[in-house]
Amino acid sequence: MEEFAALIDALVYTRSRNEKLRLIAEYLRATPDPDRGWALAALSDGLDFPAVKSSTIRNLLKDRVDPVLWTLSRDFVGDTAETASLLWPAPEHPPSPPTVGEAVELLEGMNRKSVFVDLPKLLDRLDASGRYALLKLATGGMRIGVSSRLAKTAFAQAFDVSVEEVEEYWHGLAPPFPELFAWAAEGQAPPDMANLPTFRPFMLAHPLEETVVDLADYVAEWKWDGIRVQLVRAGDETKLFSRSGDDISATFPELLDVLPFPAVLDGELLVRGSHQGGEANDVTQGGAASFNALQQRLGRKTVSKKMLAEAPAFVRLYDALLIDGEDLRALPWTERRKRLEALMARLPDTHFDLSRVVEARDFDHLAEIREGSRDDAIEGLMLKRKDSPYIAGRRVRYWYKWKRDPLLVDCVLMYAQRGSGKRSSFYSDYTFGCWDGDPDKGAELLPVGKAYSGFTDEELKKLDRHVRQNTVNRFGPVRETDKSLVFEVAFDSVHESKRHKSGLAMRFPRIHRIRWDKPVHEADRIEALKALIRD
Amino acid sequence: MPAPFSWIRPEPWGIHVVPADAWVDPSRPVERALVTHGHADHARGGHGQTVATPETLAIMELRYRTGAQDEAGEIPHKAVPVEYGESITLPGDVQATYFPAGHVLGSAQILLEHAGERIVCTGDYKRRADPTCPQFEVVPCDIFITEATFGLPLFTHPPIAEEMAKLLDRLAAHPDRCVLVGAYALGKAQRVIAELRAAGHHDPIYLHGAMEKMCRLYEEHGVDLGELRLVSDHTKDDMRGSVVVSPPGALNDRWSRRLPEPITAMASGWMRVRQRARQRNVELPLIISDHADWGELTRTIEEVDPVETWITHGREDALLRWCQLHQRRARALAMVGYEDEDD
Repeated sequence: MEEFAALIDALVYTRSRNEKLRLIAEYLRATPDPDRGWALAALSDGLDFPAVKSSTIRNLLKDRVDPVLWTLSRDFVGDTAETASLLWPAPEHPPSPPTVGEAVELLEGMNRKSVFVDLPKLLDRLDASGRYALLKLATGGMRIGVSSRLAKTAFAQAFDVSVEEVEEYWHGLAPPFPELFAWAAEGQAPPDMANLPTFRPFMLAHPLEETVVDLADYVAEWKWDGIRVQLVRAGDETKLFSRSGDDISATFPELLDVLPFPAVLDGELLVRGSHQGGEANDVTQGGAASFNALQQRLGRKTVSKKMLAEAPAFVRLYDALLIDGEDLRALPWTERRKRLEALMARLPDTHFDLSRVVEARDFDHLAEIREGSRDDAIEGLMLKRKDSPYIAGRRVRYWYKWKRDPLLVDCVLMYAQRGSGKRSSFYSDYTFGCWDGDPDKGAELLPVGKAYSGFTDEELKKLDRHVRQNTVNRFGPVRETDKSLVFEVAFDSVHESKRHKSGLAMRFPRIHRIRWDKPVHEADRIEALKALIRD
Repeated sequence: MPAPFSWIRPEPWGIHVVPADAWVDPSRPVERALVTHGHADHARGGHGQTVATPETLAIMELRYRTGAQDEAGEIPHKAVPVEYGESITLPGDVQATYFPAGHVLGSAQILLEHAGERIVCTGDYKRRADPTCPQFEVVPCDIFITEATFGLPLFTHPPIAEEMAKLLDRLAAHPDRCVLVGAYALGKAQRVIAELRAAGHHDPIYLHGAMEKMCRLYEEHGVDLGELRLVSDHTKDDMRGSVVVSPPGALNDRWSRRLPEPITAMASGWMRVRQRARQRNVELPLIISDHADWGELTRTIEEVDPVETWITHGREDALLRWCQLHQRRARALAMVGYEDEDD
């Protein structure tokens, strides 16, 4: 555990990507199984121990430290695991520290009751850095600036194998990945994935921004506002994966017996809702409800029959990676598209359709079409180079996303909360509101949304100072401000919502501009925001 | 007979000693200021008269020309030196005595006595030994006015020798690079240099130009800092394998491009918290503070054992809570202008 803790600390304080790769690779080479496998899992996708949650740690500490002092400390540090590691009352003569493997075994053996006895024993065996590493590992999500991709790249570097090959096997294997190390480090045969329905990493797009592309080389497709999914069938089993590779099969059971042959398909998951069947015009396809309707179905472990009937899901296909066991990823997009079009006859149209290609004379015409698109299920356009192979991750010049321009509204800052991670100690999470009538005639502000992004580090410092100097009330970690600052807020769409007092919920709100100059009574009213609802 | 302690009034811009019409560490210009130490949030220019230790006055002369003659040969901002252990009688029958606070060169706690009542203003203080200034003394009093910069139980400053060893280990591991230490220009920088010398590091240490004058002032007051060189006088190759000291603000500045692949270190009590170090892009956090940590703050209150504790600035909520839990009378003063310096 000491080596792992030292690695975590070194990673926390390292900025250079190459140095991070070197540190992880060195650790993976020098550490025996299964410790290195658990470490790799912790650094990439994270481990999950159901008995150890953030609340468990909080409760453990509140038994040992005054609860008020705990809360003040946690609020200052901005990270439960780190606060706990610093405040833990260490025994004078700690017993010998565990290995990573031993710690994982002990964590796995804990249940919601025994955790209150066994986790303290484990913490007593570690110093502050060890406690930090252990608690981070136990609660998943290290948040130390190492992405899953970086961890895999480090693994590939450590043993001189290709990261694409690592990605290929990754999702079919489980921590501590003995087969992966046997293959890469010991030169044994690679793991056999042929009959496993495993996730293949998505090909992603860059924002188009100022780029102009030639439509002789690129095709345009709608970017649908659902969730990107991968439907995989292998060895007589079908699985549905989200963009991050999470298995969401249980949430959409209607998609699990409609793919009759082995394949890996890439598409957008949408639900048929109020717009079902209608609204199809010559540009868009219609048939899909807004994201808000889809949202009702996300994150559920079981689905009622009613829900299946009211909001059935379907996949609008973008691409095919494998068909009947044949790997198509190296082929150009045009060739894969032909195969996908031919495939549609073999798929039930109740659960699949094909994302249409958007025809345009030239780039300006395409821009016009994009401006004119008002279908709620459209997020913007995708531009794909005709000769692009299907490559995991975000590759320059192959695919671009060109989102619809956001909607804008002027809101007033009402509350601020401290951020966590890199922004701990800064008031970086803002709740803002709009007027419920004429502000000059005594109207009040009602909260309409929350934003954490859209400003620079410099602006964050100024906002933090504004919050501190204009606080009128404190509620734990939240400060109420004197409502003297206007934000121009950008968002993708707005919907009715019972969850908020204003009856509205914004999708993806972010700070577009800080209007230090604008008087608050000139901020927008709730009615203005309501007029932007499209579903 | 006036109410107890009615002669002292905490105001947002300083502590008012009413009968003497004097202010302790005022954040705006006043006729008579009693200054605990030279840091900018406690010592400001423009007072009619400043009462402080000779070292603090030397620092203030350097920064604000306190006690210096103007072109007409007048001294517009007068300096009244008081040595450690020495008392001065102020108007209104107030007695002020200066005791070491152990914070930086010249730093003092000020004991104020009037009508048989004793009040101690600590300014900022620490309890650890520091080769650049005399150690804090416990001064019994009725009201103890303390800081709380590191007033959270998570703050325990490790022994400075451990932090020096971390620095020297890293330096030895990278003989072709340099270790750039961000340290507050007054106090922290000189303490780090003096502690490096105490740890046996006698190579030349390179300074950012902004640190030079203060280091010379320390040397004039008898603090041996060994051989110091200015970064601007040397090439990248000269500085390989060396320690470079700069103000924290210069760490991520263009200025540091002239250094040989610097490893960015920062000497500060805030480095105890990982995310604080990351926010400043620090690769080598050195937990070194010139303030009392949580254990020292609470131990000091116990040792001084005042009737009442007043808390000026920092994490006052938590220290107030500790006082409550230990049945000690305490209040937080809403002071403005005291900042969490880069300590």
